[in-house]
Order: sequence, then structure tokens, then C-alpha cells
Amino acid sequence: MLADRLKLPLAPVGEATERPITVAIVAMGGQGGGVLTGWIVKLAENAGWIAQSTSVPGVAQRTGATIYYVEMMRASNGRKPILAQMPTPGDVDIVMASEFMEAGRSILRGIVTPDRTTLIASTHRSLTIGEKSAPGKGIADSPAVADAIGVTARQQIMFDMDALAVRNDSVISAAMFGALAGSGALPFGKEAYHAVIQGDGKGVAASIRTFDAAFDRTQAKPDALAEPSGGTLAVPVVPTHSADARLAPLLAHIHALPDMVRAMAYAGLQKVVDYQDIAYGREYLDLLADLHAVDRALDGGSQNYAFTTNGAKYLANAMTYDDVIRVADLKTRAARRDRIAREMGLKTDQILHTTEYMHPRMEEVTGMLPAGLGRWIKQSGGLYAWLDRRVSKGRRVRTYSLRWFLMLYVLGGMRGWRRGSLRHAEEVAHRDAWLADAKALARGNYALGVEVLKCRRLIKGYSDTHARGLSKFDRVMAEIRHVQRRPDAADWARRLRETAIKDAETGGLDGLIQTIRSFA
Amino acid sequence: MAERSFAREVEHLRLGEGDVFKGEAILAITKGLLQSGVSYVGGYQGSPISHLMDVLSDAKDVLDELGVNFQSSANESTAAAMLSASVMYPLRGAVAWKSTVGTNVASDALANLASGGVTGGAMVIVGEDYGEGSSIMQERTHAFAMKSQMWLLDPRPDHGAIVDLIEKGFQLSEASNTPVMLQVRVRTCHMHGSFTCKDNVKPAFTIGDALNNPRRDLSRIVLPPAAYEQEQEKITRRMPAAIDFVRDHKLNEFFGPEAGKVGIVLQGGMYNNVIRALQYLGLSDAYGNTQVPLYVMNVAYPMIDTEVAAFAAGKDAVLMVEEGQPEYLEQALNTVLRRRDINARVRGKDVLPMGGDYTAHVIMKGIQTFLEDHDSRLLGNRPPVPDAADILSDPRVEKLKSVVPGRPPGLCTGCPERPIFAAMKLVHEELGEHHVSADIGCHLFSILPPFNLGATTMGFGLGPASTSAFGGKGNKRSIAVMGDGGFWHNGLTSGIGNAVYNKHDGVFLIVDNFYSSATGGQDILSSRAENKDRSTNNPIIDAVKGVGAKWVREVDRTYDVGKMRATLKEALTTTQEGPKIIIASSECMLNKQRRVKPQVARRIKDGKRTVKERFGVDEDVCTGDHACIRLSGCPSLSVKQLDDPLRDDPVATIDNSCVACGNCGEVSEAAALCPSFYRAEVIHNPTGWDRFKEKLAMGIIRMLQGRRDTRRVAMEAA
Repeated sequence: MLADRLKLPLAPVGEATERPITVAIVAMGGQGGGVLTGWIVKLAENAGWIAQSTSVPGVAQRTGATIYYVEMMRASNGRKPILAQMPTPGDVDIVMASEFMEAGRSILRGIVTPDRTTLIASTHRSLTIGEKSAPGKGIADSPAVADAIGVTARQQIMFDMDALAVRNDSVISAAMFGALAGSGALPFGKEAYHAVIQGDGKGVAASIRTFDAAFDRTQAKPDALAEPSGGTLAVPVVPTHSADARLAPLLAHIHALPDMVRAMAYAGLQKVVDYQDIAYGREYLDLLADLHAVDRALDGGSQNYAFTTNGAKYLANAMTYDDVIRVADLKTRAARRDRIAREMGLKTDQILHTTEYMHPRMEEVTGMLPAGLGRWIKQSGGLYAWLDRRVSKGRRVRTYSLRWFLMLYVLGGMRGWRRGSLRHAEEVAHRDAWLADAKALARGNYALGVEVLKCRRLIKGYSDTHARGLSKFDRVMAEIRHVQRRPDAADWARRLRETAIKDAETGGLDGLIQTIRSFA
Repeated sequence: MAERSFAREVEHLRLGEGDVFKGEAILAITKGLLQSGVSYVGGYQGSPISHLMDVLSDAKDVLDELGVNFQSSANESTAAAMLSASVMYPLRGAVAWKSTVGTNVASDALANLASGGVTGGAMVIVGEDYGEGSSIMQERTHAFAMKSQMWLLDPRPDHGAIVDLIEKGFQLSEASNTPVMLQVRVRTCHMHGSFTCKDNVKPAFTIGDALNNPRRDLSRIVLPPAAYEQEQEKITRRMPAAIDFVRDHKLNEFFGPEAGKVGIVLQGGMYNNVIRALQYLGLSDAYGNTQVPLYVMNVAYPMIDTEVAAFAAGKDAVLMVEEGQPEYLEQALNTVLRRRDINARVRGKDVLPMGGDYTAHVIMKGIQTFLEDHDSRLLGNRPPVPDAADILSDPRVEKLKSVVPGRPPGLCTGCPERPIFAAMKLVHEELGEHHVSADIGCHLFSILPPFNLGATTMGFGLGPASTSAFGGKGNKRSIAVMGDGGFWHNGLTSGIGNAVYNKHDGVFLIVDNFYSSATGGQDILSSRAENKDRSTNNPIIDAVKGVGAKWVREVDRTYDVGKMRATLKEALTTTQEGPKIIIASSECMLNKQRRVKPQVARRIKDGKRTVKERFGVDEDVCTGDHACIRLSGCPSLSVKQLDDPLRDDPVATIDNSCVACGNCGEVSEAAALCPSFYRAEVIHNPTGWDRFKEKLAMGIIRMLQGRRDTRRVAMEAA
């Protein structure tokens, strides 16, 4: 059949090449996609073209992903072109994405194709609810989108249009309009774009400024734009001495460690000393030295001393557990107030206050008491419950009122008291058991020892979250002991930990444990 | 519409003969009604119809000049019943709503209206929310038109064509004594285009004339024996009259060559995409010069049998392009051709998909298959058609499928409904999961992450009614959610009244945010704004108590998560009989910001003491477990990766779009999550007393901070 057809003497029927210019704007609802669409329509109409836009705001107007579509064409002898209402895969000239993952979504729709599409995408991210609410790290992989843009777009214009707009006191639509003008993808001059913005009447100066900045940024030569690439991680140089003489011996300890461990150990030491004092820093280094001794004995050098490095990291986190003293200390620091003032853009004739939302429980109070007393109260159920009813409630703390500040300041200054507290005793016991486990398991299986150190990541947060973290840690550790003799024990430990991190809502840990129990 | 002005759009309604209108089609439709001399307009808001309602709400002056009675109806049923003004009197009237949901609600009144018939032109504008981006079930209004025998207009997506068909539609309605429906799809409603206007027409016969000269005619009322006669009248008189009118006034259009082996029959609304599809296949230019004969049904019901028969006669095959299912038109077409023994093959849903959007791409593939089977010569040398299949199969693009996360809609920044669902989630953690029946409205976003609350939705205002089966005592109680919009739409009777009467033991949560928010922030009975044209400030609690509810609690600030949680808990555990009703009230933040933002800016500019607030997170205190986000989902609350080698997980962060509603602080306090959140308050134009207190306190604070800083061991940054 086909062969018969092909033998027919056929000429092309009709003129199919004359097409409208097609523009798709992929955006999030409420992000100004409608404004940009309106501008593009106006731009074409001002030039005497026929332009048609369509959209489906619907429910997506509440922060969901949505798409606006514009077609434009000249009238011919008074006849208006018939314009389509939806983008056709493979037939879109310009795609504008106001967010980077939305650019990725447009590629998946097939509307970005190498033969015709100019892709104008802002590289900033507005995280989706899934990415934000994922326990642990859930942020999508932007480089994958960049890779796909590389093979799909005929022309690509990518930069952080949101930041550029913010720098110029305007909104992203103005920056994107500037990028569109700069791309030269539409047959209209810069003045025509200016005229559209000026016709708008609102925030014109800032919009024009933003438009121009984006226009210039788009037209600049690529090499002039080389942004500092995030790929090359400069290894921080660890100082060899300090202005504070008391630190000298500690620094010497750090420099006795292998190269690849030092940066992490320094960061850990910084955190521990900042949390408590120099003596606590020394304790940290001593514990780290223990870990390193095991590491050396196990020929850790061949593993880049992963055991020591992870030890340096997670030990520092374990030693700087979050307690009332820590929170009070952080909240009362001068640097903290300065940071907030900066973020709020505080001017000299304005006054800044902050209100903290705190909910102390008796648990935190007993944690602060000397270990013996704390234990006694905890065990006397009636008294504990009575006290808890008085303590445990939400408190709005006016940080920079004298009364509250003094209270927080005194609490934050109780660092000397901390090492005798019940909480500290509990934390030390937990920490030591964990380190002992890590060392013991590392002797049988180096990688497994490293994984055990990393399990410390499970413990975080305050109150219930903290308790849940502890229980997850215990369950993961129990399973690890269960599989410790398997050659792939480290893999299972890693899977257990990753699953436990993501377990906040899904209950995936139970399933994995069942799987493990089915064979081990 | 309390907080948004449509003054600019209202100006469009004043355009006169020869002026060119440029704007959205839904506004062109509004203008078309005024050009047709309507006496009254009603309707219920909802995408894509909201704009029509909003603009008319703001257009009192224009409407008064023309003597048009406009009202925002209580629901679609009310709107449909409003058309009864056209039964006895030569009054033209129109009502509008989102379809098919609104038509479902209206169909009782519509069926009565259609049975008795009309004297004045009666038109229902339905915004057909079908296909991508739709927020409702996927059905067709077409079925309603057929069952009640109302004529269904489906104009080409062109402002001029639509406006023209509105005018002709009223004439058709009057000529056939039948109400008509004008169906416009969402994309068409939101389509920007232009048309040349005519002057608005002031109705010759007014509402006042009707009231002053009341008329009745028993044969127009649906009661036996009139009801039987009305059915016969539909068949023998009204339908033939309609067919004659449609044919005589050429409401349907023919394009392209008269003769041909094949032809395409299409709904008017499909025209633009069919032309584009033909263009891809080299069979039309961009201006609609098609080489394939087209029969465009701007009237989708009834089918004009003589026209379609003439079109198909002598052709080998015709293709029916009909969006949605079932394929009513294809069936009708087959009936027409078989009855006349015309042997053109009818193709349709066998080469086009049964359901879903008929995009240019989808139609192109259907036409391609159709032509290959029946007239492959037309496909010529087959120039390449747009195709993204190759690039979509590139591994780097394939990989994106697992990378690009879904972006479901959610509650706005600062939404007062967020703390309600956060509280409900906390209650579930304490008392276990409960059956939650959701409703239509912004609060329906509770079914999505991060709240994941709500098992069913059964229609607007029917959240409470849909727990009817679960009202028995002694079980875990059901929770029904309903918004203020749904409450006044029908929920007061269908939900609350029903629960009181049947002694339902469950919990009924009414979310009161002072507006019909999901549809754009229109005023309703319980809105707190003063509205000079409407009666507002009628509290929900009075209505609820009025129908006999006893256990009623009000939470007047939904952001009080602790109180919200305690109230829910009490409702779920109290021993009191009957429905437990909670009214949770706080103003819709979107509308509040529209109202308050300019006020705040003015106060600051005028030198008045003003406090501006925003929330923040102390990143050193945040441990990155994201529990707060799982109880919020606020767009301004996100996460960021810190430049700290000791930290694995990103920490919470709040951007400057925060409106300081307080949800994150309240939630972390109520759930005892963590002390990371703070509210920052900046006092603009502080008073002398403010300054004095500040100077005193900060003097001491700075001194203490300095003291501690010097004692702290400072390690240099690496």
C-alpha cells in the first residue's frame, strides 16, 4: 500500500510553512505569569499583529504548576489568523520558565525541541512541598535539568532572574521580559518592550531597570558571565595558630591528624568549643584520637581515613546536643540580633523586637538539674507530673525585653553547670555506647564501622522529634547488630539509615526490617 | 467582590458601536449580554465564570443605566430558577456557572424551565471545565442539553463569533420558546482576543413592566396534564422551530471546498485546533483556508439533520471531531445518515481518543489516520509534522521523569486554614486517625501533602452530608469539613440541618474565611466587609443555632493552634449528643493582604507608629528534621542547605514573602517541636516612649552581650 502511494506524482498541497510565533510560559500559580503573558500580547498588538493568549488558572493559581500560551501572527489582507489554544509538542518557538524545575517539566511536555525552541529559564529554585517536607535531603537534582536543556533547546538563556529582579526592587516577570527581548527571539526592538512596560502604569521605573539589567545580562558574551562554579570545592585551610594562646595545644592535635581529616576536625572542634569551652574541645580531640587509633590499626589510610573523618563530624554533633542552655545562648548573642536586623532591613530610626515561640517541658528542666536530683524527680512520678503541668506550656518570649533577656542570658551562661547535669550524663552514656559500637564493628568490617558513625544523623530535633530520632537510632542499631556478620552488612546499614531518615510518615523502616528478618 | 476592583474591566462594558474590545473572552461574553438587551443576569462564581460575576458586581452604574437586575445567586439552582422570569414575560435573561458541577446543581430548575418553555430569551452560560487543569470531574454538559431539550451553542473560539452567537442565541430561544445554553471551554474563557462592539441595548420591556402586569398560563406549569402536552410541544413545535432558525440564520458554518471524498464535522469549540491540525498536515493555511470540507457545528444540539446529511452525501467518509465522552454527536450523526441511507462512513472516536483534551496534536493524529484510510492522496508528500518523540526518548530527557517533582497546588502563604489542618493532624497523632470528609473550596487542599487529610468530596457544600452514614453513636466520630461558601450554597440545610434532625453524633467543622475565597474572594452572607449593595455580616453561628444545633464552638482566630486542637479534641470526646459544630474563623489572607497592605504603607508614609512583622528561623537552632514543614506547607517556609560540613540536612528558612500569620510559631509551640522560630517585629515611626525603652533595654543588653562575647573562645574561620 505504502509503496503504491509513494509512486503517486504528488506535489505539496498548500502553504503550510506560514505559522504563528508560539510562546509558552510555564510558571507557578500566583507568580506573575499572567502579567508576563499580558505584556507579550501587548507587545505583538502594538506592532499591529494579532495575538491570542490562553491559560487555565483554575486550582493551579494556588501555587501549583501551570502554563500560559501565546500565539501571534500578522493579519493577511484583513484576514485574521486562526490561532491554537494549546502548545503542540515540537512546535513551540519560545518557552519561558519562571523556575528551574518548571523548565524541566516543560521539557517533559515535549514543548522544547532542538529545531526551534528558545528556552528562557530562571535558574532559581522554588522548592516543591515534596522536596521541603522530605525528612533529610529531598531537593531535586538541578544539574539533570541543565543537562536536558543542553540537548533540547535550540537557544538557551539561563540565569537567576528572580535574584536579578530582587536586586532591582522588582518582580521576576520584568526580568523575564528583559531576557525575552535580549534573546532576539521575537522580531521587536527594545523600545517596543519599553513601551509595553511604560503603558502599565505601576512600578514602571523598577520594572524598566530590571528589564534593562536582564536584557544586558542576556546579550553579554557568555565568557563574561562565567559564574563562580559551585563544583570546585576549595579545601579550607586549617589555621596553624590562633590569637588565643589556649588553643595552641588543640591546634597541634589537629595538625597531628592526617590531611584529609583536618578540616572536618577543625570544624568539629570549633563547634564543640563554641558550645562549651576549651576543656570540652580537648575531650572532643581525645575521643577523636581514640577513633583515629582504631582507624590506623585497621589500615584506614587505604580508605582515606573515612572512619576518623566521619567520627570527627558526628562526634562533634553528638557532643553539641541541643539543650536549653544552648538555645538560650544562641538566642542572646549579639551576632544573632545583627543578622535579624540585616534580614529585616532595619533602619536607624526603627526598633526591632523578636518573640520566641518556646514550649519547655519538665523533661528539659530535669535535664538541667544535677544528675542525682534530676533522676530522683524523674522517678517520683506524682511530683514530676505535678511539676510538668506547671512548666509545660507554650511561652512567648520577648527576647529583647529586659526581663526575658536577663532570664535567657542567665540560662545561656549556665555552661559551667552543664557537665554535671542529668542530660549530660545521659548524652555521654549514649555517645560512649555508640562510639564503642562503632569501634567494635569497625574491627570486623571497616565500612560497617563508618556506617554506624553516620547513624548519629538519625538523632536530631527537640522533644518528641528527638525521642523519635533516638528510637529510630536504637532500632537501626539493633538491626545492624543482627546483620553484622554478613559481608554486605555495611550496605544494609546504609539502607537502614536512609530509610529511617525518610521514615517520618511512611513507615518504610518497618518494611525494611521485615525484609531483613526474612533472610537474616 | 470586596478587596479587588474591576473598574478597568467595567469600562469595557461601556464600549459602543464600532469600538474595538480587546481582552478576555469571558468579558466579551459579558459585553455580549448587554448588547443583547438582557433585563436580568444571575449566576454562581467559579472558574472560568468568576470574572463575569466579578465584573458585573462592580458594574452597578452601567447596569442601572440599562435597567439590568444583576445578582450573585445563592447557588446555581437559584440562578437557574431566576430564568423563570422569562417564562411568562418577554424578558431576556442570562445566568452563568461552572459546568458540569453547576449544571448538576441547577438541573432541577432547568428541567422545569425547559419543560414549560420560555417567552423571553433565556440563556445559560456554562464554563465547561474539561481537560488539562480542570478542577472537577470530567463530564459533558451536552448530556443536560439533550435530556431537557435545551439548545446547546458551542461557538468557534473567536470573540466576534461568540458575541454574535449570544445575540442569535436569544433570538433562537425566543423563536423556539426554549432556553439555550452557551458552552465555552476554560481556555476560551481566558482567551485574549478582540471584536468590534455594538451599543448596549436597553430592554424595551422591563422587570417593572412584568411586575406591574402579572401574567399566568396554566399550560406553562409542569403539572399533568400540561407536562405531557409540553413534551409533545417540544417534539412537534419547539425542536422544528429551532432547526429552522439555526438553518435559516446559518448558525453552523461550512468551510473549504464543497466537494470532496471526505469531510470533517466538528464542534465549534474545536475549530481552532482542527485548523492547526490541518495546517500541520499541509491542508490549510494559518488563516483557515482549508482544503478539506468542514462543517462547524456552532450549535452542538440539536443536530441539523438536513445540513449534515447534505454535507455527508456524496462523500466516502466523514470524521466527527467531538471532545469528551460518550460520543453523543457521533451517534446522532450515524442515526441521521442511516435513516436517510447515506453511505458515507462515519469515523470519530475510533481514530480519536474517547476522552481527554483534543489538542491540535491529538486532532492531527486522528485526521492523519482518517485520511490515510479514506483519502491518502490529500496527505501529499507528507511534509514532516511537529514531533517531540525523538527528543523525549533521549536518555537525558528520560532521566528528568524521575527528577522533576510534582507541584500540587496548596494553601497560600498565611492561609488561615493551614493552622486548622495542622491542629487536626496533631489531634490525629493523639487520638488516632478519623474519617474526614472533605468539601469543595480552598480547604480541599488538605487532601494533598503535607496534610493528607480527607477521604472523599461529594460536591460543593456536601462535606457534612457525606458523613450522613457515619452518624451513629458509640464509634469513633467522623469529621466533616465545609467552607463558608459551601455552607451558604446548600450546606446549612443539606449538612447541618440534616445532622441536627437525624441526631448525627459527628464533628462538623465550618471554615469561615469571610469570602468565597477559592472562586476569587467574592462576598457572601457571612462576609465581614460592609457591602453597600448586599447584606453581609450575617454570622454563621446564628444560622447554625437557628436550625437547632446545640454544641457549637467558635474559634475566632484559627492561628491559635492550641485552642483549635483543644476544641477539636473536645468535639471528638464530649459525651453531649447531636452534632458537634465548630466554626473556625479568620480572614482569607490573600484578601486580607489586598486590604491591609496599602493601609500599612500609608500609615508608615504618614509617620504613624506601625509594627511590621515577619517570621524567621534561627538556623543554628534548627536541626533540619522538617517536622514543622510537614505541619505547614506554607509557600514562604522552605529549606536551605547550609555551608557547614558538619550538617547533612538542609534547615528550615522563611523568605520575605512571609506575612507573619504565626502558624509556624504556633505549631511548633503546640506540638512542642523546637524553639527555632521567632517573630521579628520592626516598629516604624516609634514613639518617644518606644525609643526610651529601647535605649534603656538595649544599653544593658549590648553590655551583657559584649561581656559574654569577649569571654567566649573565638576560633578563626578555616
